[in-house]
Amino acid sequence: MVHGELWTLKELFVYPNEYIYWSIQIVMYPFMTGLVAGAFVLSSLYHVFGIKELKEMARFALVFSFALLFAAPMPIVLHLQYPFRGINVFMTPHFTSAIAAFGIVFFSYGAIVASELWFLYRKHFVEVALPLKEKKDKGLFEWIKFLIFCSLTLGVYDLSQESLKRDEKAIKILAGIGIPVACFLHGYAGFIFGSVKANALWMTPLMPVIFIMSAIVSGIALCMLTYIIVMEVRKIKMKSQRKPWMSLRLDSEMSLEEVKGAEIGVIKITAKYLILFMIFAITLELLDLVFRGYTAVKHWDILRTVIYQKDFTNIFLLQYTFGNLIPFVLFLIPGLTIRRATIGLVLAMMGVFMMRWNVVIGGQAFSLTLSGYMEYIMPIIPHDWETFKEGLGGAVSIFVMPFVLFWVIAKIFPVFNAEEKPSVH
Amino acid sequence: MISRRDFIKYSLQGIAAIAVPVTAIEIINPSKLFASKDAREIRWGFLVDTGKCVGCGFCVKACKNENEIPYDINASRTWVERYVLTKDGRVLADSPRAGRDGFITGRIELGQGKYQDIKNEDIEKAFFVPKLCNQCENPPCVQVCPVGATYQTKDGVVLVDRKWCIGCGYCIMACPYGVRFFHPVYHTAEKCNFCYHRITKGLKTACVEACPFGARLIGNINDPNDEVGRIIRTERVSVLKDEFGTKPQVYYRGLSKEVR
Repeated sequence: MVHGELWTLKELFVYPNEYIYWSIQIVMYPFMTGLVAGAFVLSSLYHVFGIKELKEMARFALVFSFALLFAAPMPIVLHLQYPFRGINVFMTPHFTSAIAAFGIVFFSYGAIVASELWFLYRKHFVEVALPLKEKKDKGLFEWIKFLIFCSLTLGVYDLSQESLKRDEKAIKILAGIGIPVACFLHGYAGFIFGSVKANALWMTPLMPVIFIMSAIVSGIALCMLTYIIVMEVRKIKMKSQRKPWMSLRLDSEMSLEEVKGAEIGVIKITAKYLILFMIFAITLELLDLVFRGYTAVKHWDILRTVIYQKDFTNIFLLQYTFGNLIPFVLFLIPGLTIRRATIGLVLAMMGVFMMRWNVVIGGQAFSLTLSGYMEYIMPIIPHDWETFKEGLGGAVSIFVMPFVLFWVIAKIFPVFNAEEKPSVH
Repeated sequence: MISRRDFIKYSLQGIAAIAVPVTAIEIINPSKLFASKDAREIRWGFLVDTGKCVGCGFCVKACKNENEIPYDINASRTWVERYVLTKDGRVLADSPRAGRDGFITGRIELGQGKYQDIKNEDIEKAFFVPKLCNQCENPPCVQVCPVGATYQTKDGVVLVDRKWCIGCGYCIMACPYGVRFFHPVYHTAEKCNFCYHRITKGLKTACVEACPFGARLIGNINDPNDEVGRIIRTERVSVLKDEFGTKPQVYYRGLSKEVR
């Protein structure tokens, strides 16, 4: 069987070699890089533009962006017929290809995020490593901890005010450079699609910009969502720990009410940015649609049937109505609550995912003959490795990966600094 | 102590002195000399006479055998399309199993196991169109390959290096003609290469050899005495989807506007 034949249904006149070659993993790829870029832009809003209200979220978003960074190239690797040959892209990059520079862009971005994180957490590393260094009889666990944090300090133990100030300056510069690089990382994913001249749906110069805007929407939404989850877990922990005989608390700890207030405060502010970028994304997407309809070139006939008939539910119901309109209304109604925000965020993320789906799968829903259709039947229950990785199982694994990574990374980079109280609104 | 004026003077002289031998080497580059002496190199081109094709599918069979494409898979390096225009203005087209078994009934494949019977008296016009890789002068598949595993030879044929292809499928997506697919055994990008192993030895391609009606011709279009080149230069021929700017090198005689 030819690759792709298993999940492709052909209708009317389709070239014999045409199948849905780019399936769910290629939907996941822009979705995941979008989350990376979005999370980073969110963190930079505080570091570069000094939006103080986002302080708590910024630190969190940066660590999350780092966790997502590792998951971002995984969909491509899983999608390759020869995953172990993926290294060839670095060995013989063919620079006329939009994919060839992926490694360079990805690693430069990774380096920026990693160095920014280092400057941000340098103080923490030193504070953990120093007492352990001085401690005489270390246990095995302490030894491991010491080794990790000692190496993370990179031998710099200077915590003077002057050096900390320099750290802040470095963070600001790195975050500043990071914004265009993050946008490039993702805009570039859009370029991979937008530059395929053979595909009538993909080929538009707006594609990279649309991708960046929706990326920021999804990145902010995911950060907010994870933030809510983490805060809720924190609240539950606090509730269970609160015993009547423990009414005295340390100054560094926050009360339950303070946490609640801080949570909704941060969410309200971040939601404003979410809505802003959502407006940009929808405007550009609609501009693209209107332009295609108005100019109505050769391929518009088939695009119209795909957009308004075949993929109507996916595009207009799931993407625009449930993914854009409803979250938009939910966030705009005054008196935002955590519950309402959560629903809105889940829907907004689904909206962005559906946008990726409608681009990647929708772009292959019609044949190059412009007189036939293809339908993607996603393998749900895998019966071999290929149907696993190019099916639901593969997609879910990729989606879960950053959360697991975040859990691990957050052990080294604590996202909530107990000493600094977040601003309460 | 050297003055500033002298420093600049000597620097410029130094640069000029270094630059002269470099340009000298450039001028007497032997391979460039050789190339300019015989500018007219081989450029393989293909000519399909749609009027001669009867849809027997021999070319598809021959290609599959010659190029080790599993016989029963639903993909092929070359294929034959059938177009049927009915009297009520409908355009129907199909290429079941790439046209391998020939078009022996009037049933048009509609996909998903459905067929439509067309009566002979309802047909206004019907014809066959063989398809293969266009070996474009400006191949989008070569442009998008991230590792350079697919490349254009000097004589214009686009090849795939099975040992280097990572299987990303970007080339498959980039081809406006849908000629590429993943080889079911090698799992790398696969396409027609004008039987490069044959033509470079002076043989014809498998499909040209197999065609009983001479609907397919291959030749060096740069050769003034070549039949294919002569027809392309002197007769009315067209190419497929030239709006993509790929400059395809498979030329068609008698192409109808319905052809996709």
